[in-house]
Amino acid sequence: MVAYLVFFACVVLILGVLTLALNLQWGFTGLFNAGIVGFYAIGAYTHAILTAAPQPQYIGNLGLPWPVGILGAMAATALASWLIGLVTIRLRGDYLAIATFGVAVSIQLVALNWEPLTGGPQGLTRIARPLAGSFDTPFAFNLAFLGLMVLVMAAIYWALDRILRSPWGRVLRAIREDETAAVALGKSARRFRLEAFVVGSTLMGLAGALYVSFIGFVSPYDFLPIVTFQVWAMLIVGGSGNNRGALLGALVVWAIWAGSGVLVTKLVPPSHAAQGAAVQAILIGLLLVLVLLFRPRGLIGEAAVVSRHVND
Amino acid sequence: MLGQAIADGILTGAIIALGAIGVTFTLAIMRFANFAHSELLTWGGYIALVFVAFAGPGAPTGPLSFGWQLLAAAVIAAVLTGLAAWGVDALVFRRLRRRGAQPLTMVFAAFGAALVMRHLVVLVWGHESRFYTRELQIAVELWPGVRVLPDQIFIAGLALAVTVLLHGFLTRSRTGMAMRAMAESPALAQVCGIEVEAVVRLTWIISGTLAAFAGVFAGLTPQLHPEIGFNLLLSLFAAAILGGTGSLPGAVLGGLLVGLAENLSLLLISPGYKGAMPFLLLLVILIVRPQGLFGERG
Repeated sequence: MVAYLVFFACVVLILGVLTLALNLQWGFTGLFNAGIVGFYAIGAYTHAILTAAPQPQYIGNLGLPWPVGILGAMAATALASWLIGLVTIRLRGDYLAIATFGVAVSIQLVALNWEPLTGGPQGLTRIARPLAGSFDTPFAFNLAFLGLMVLVMAAIYWALDRILRSPWGRVLRAIREDETAAVALGKSARRFRLEAFVVGSTLMGLAGALYVSFIGFVSPYDFLPIVTFQVWAMLIVGGSGNNRGALLGALVVWAIWAGSGVLVTKLVPPSHAAQGAAVQAILIGLLLVLVLLFRPRGLIGEAAVVSRHVND
Repeated sequence: MLGQAIADGILTGAIIALGAIGVTFTLAIMRFANFAHSELLTWGGYIALVFVAFAGPGAPTGPLSFGWQLLAAAVIAAVLTGLAAWGVDALVFRRLRRRGAQPLTMVFAAFGAALVMRHLVVLVWGHESRFYTRELQIAVELWPGVRVLPDQIFIAGLALAVTVLLHGFLTRSRTGMAMRAMAESPALAQVCGIEVEAVVRLTWIISGTLAAFAGVFAGLTPQLHPEIGFNLLLSLFAAAILGGTGSLPGAVLGGLLVGLAENLSLLLISPGYKGAMPFLLLLVILIVRPQGLFGERG
């Protein structure tokens, strides 16, 4: 039970990084990214390609150390999202959603088909895990990884909190609320939107790299479009525009997903595993719709911010 | 090779066009990208499967692999899917509209509705592929080196007939004109005395009906599976935007172009990457002509 809770907490924290990243893009800047899983996959695959144990049939599998994989994954995702953003960031609302959805579909096709680089349907194994040699049992590794994730999460949370309070963060919210007004004040909406898109996507890439370095292998079937919709459900259930809400949403939605998964495997015979998994997705979809209908702010929505100069 | 790719492109394009008509209407009249539209295709396909299970696909008629029973099943599925689309609106989207929710909130609701709808199909039928009919068909040679199945020609013909009928309805009938007016400007349509909710209801019913036909035809060539609609979603969006939102001829031409692009790409790239073609087409149109081929608004 404790072992499972440690594993669960690691996954929630990784998904929490994704949800915080989406909150930066949607919650604070109003960028409708429907291709989350694409950036998550770029980070995951870059880490795998850089660090997996060398094998002759693969172009990558460079066997580099873990930190190089993490930094490389962030750099690759930053570059990719910058290029994608240059083309798509001027699109509004659901057009950006459709375009980024297409990005994620295309990235998944590359992961599935470019076998010499990505391992194709088999994926890649023996990926660098942080300090993997120094633990005797999987449980010890998971516990240490949980400690690492807590540190990473604390750093990201703190940094996001700082930059969102900074003038840069205020401009993002100004653009979200009224782009014309922000532009009239001399802010380049395009530049700020692109910056928020790249920073958020880079965090998604980091989450992907952390995920594969936690489980030790990468498979294209971990990067299906449903991940995007799960992360959206997390942000909306928790409360868009509030980082604590985003984290709470990640916890609640993943608890429902994993909890219903455990129940299903206990109650449903293995011959009907597909039907059991369908129940999980139905629950998440229902939760998303019900929150939108009955509690559109989410569990904890955005707090009203009043300038401290309002009474001056 | 080229002739075959063009023939295949037109035939898959016909199916995409039928699905894209609903997407383009939802974009223009309800003003949101309905990510759940693809699931109406899937529902249509599986509802028809229920009726085929009762009545059988029918004895092969002429060169076709099915008889009138499958067509009857498709018509029943179309009616029921139209009603289902309206039902989802009543349960979810109408409530959000009444509250004055932003169009993007509708998209989030569509994410949720799509998850529920797709996995209800998995819950009932599982992941295995299903077939309406096990009849084998002999391809006919239309042109030297260009072979198509009689079923495919039938589908393309029927898609064309449906489009012509719908076009007549939109341009000649008062209700059709009300739909077009709503697509142009909902506020102006409302002050002109157009009953907005009636137009919205009709839009869902037409979208669902056409989506069901697309789903049945996609399932007929050659099999049905729970992701059949979802796998087409990007193609549907690409076709709708390529044609220009709200434009029926645009959606049909967009569908054909997407179908052609997917099949012509096979001459150059490996089939694994075919699914990225609608995305590339979409990017080009959004950069070069964001209002689409037949669109007027930017």
